[in-house]
Amino acid sequence: MPTEEIYEKVKETLVDALGVDDDEVSPEATLVGDLGAESIDFLDIVFRLEKNFSVKIPRGELFPENLAAADSGFVEDGVVTASGIDELRSRMPHADVDKLAADPKVENIQDLFTVEMIVKFLDKKLSQS
Amino acid sequence: MRWIWIDRFIEFESGVRATAVKNISLAEEHLHDHFPGFPVMPGSLMLEGMAQTGGILLGEKNNFEHVVILAKVPKLEFHSWACPGDTLKYTATLEAANEAGGQVQCVARIEDRLVAEADIVFYHLDQTDPSVAALDQHNFVFSMNLLGVLDVGRAGDGSQ
Repeated sequence: MPTEEIYEKVKETLVDALGVDDDEVSPEATLVGDLGAESIDFLDIVFRLEKNFSVKIPRGELFPENLAAADSGFVEDGVVTASGIDELRSRMPHADVDKLAADPKVENIQDLFTVEMIVKFLDKKLSQS
Repeated sequence: MRWIWIDRFIEFESGVRATAVKNISLAEEHLHDHFPGFPVMPGSLMLEGMAQTGGILLGEKNNFEHVVILAKVPKLEFHSWACPGDTLKYTATLEAANEAGGQVQCVARIEDRLVAEADIVFYHLDQTDPSVAALDQHNFVFSMNLLGVLDVGRAGDGSQ
């Protein structure tokens, strides 16, 4: 599936799941900051993407969980540690981790979840199947 | 009064579809305030009935290993009234399910008349999570009382 088509379908999915307008969605838009997604919405988004793209998305593959857990060693004093950044790079090759590494505060982790990230994830997944 | 908004399952295809009935009775206390002189089943309680039907469908698929809670209602539409003397039939279809939770589509009808529709997303809570173990199970889709509804259908028909 061409990337343009993936983007259009992802846009449609997010409009349905989050109740945002078509024109609010852009590749750089963050799910939480720009589109108002809450943690509850992430599961809904995964289910809709699975349905719309006929793929299986195992838990934690698109939206990793427990990143900021106290005992994970990935976060210290509100900052993502170097091992945390490495972990993110390996778990989320589809995300722009460099951007986070430039300002590795815990509250910036959620900015990794952009529309672009989802498109890249699906691009890879669809070409594998 | 018990928080059980379905009376009996009349159809149960594990992991696929389930239909439960709710008989609306003038003996239900809230109907006399909703509304005085014009008793109708509140939409929120129909949603609860649909959630209980869908939640049990999802839970049974995993043998009730997880605590299932209502997480999100992406779509909810009401089309017609449900009144005392009516028998509501909630049919839930399992659209998606994984380790994290599931999603059902539910339709409420009285005879053939469409009353309401809903899409409901459920979460699984992990029993081993200490913050979950401390929670009072009464507020969740399951409690021992509600699971008893599954038995009502079995005993009555002899079949499932």
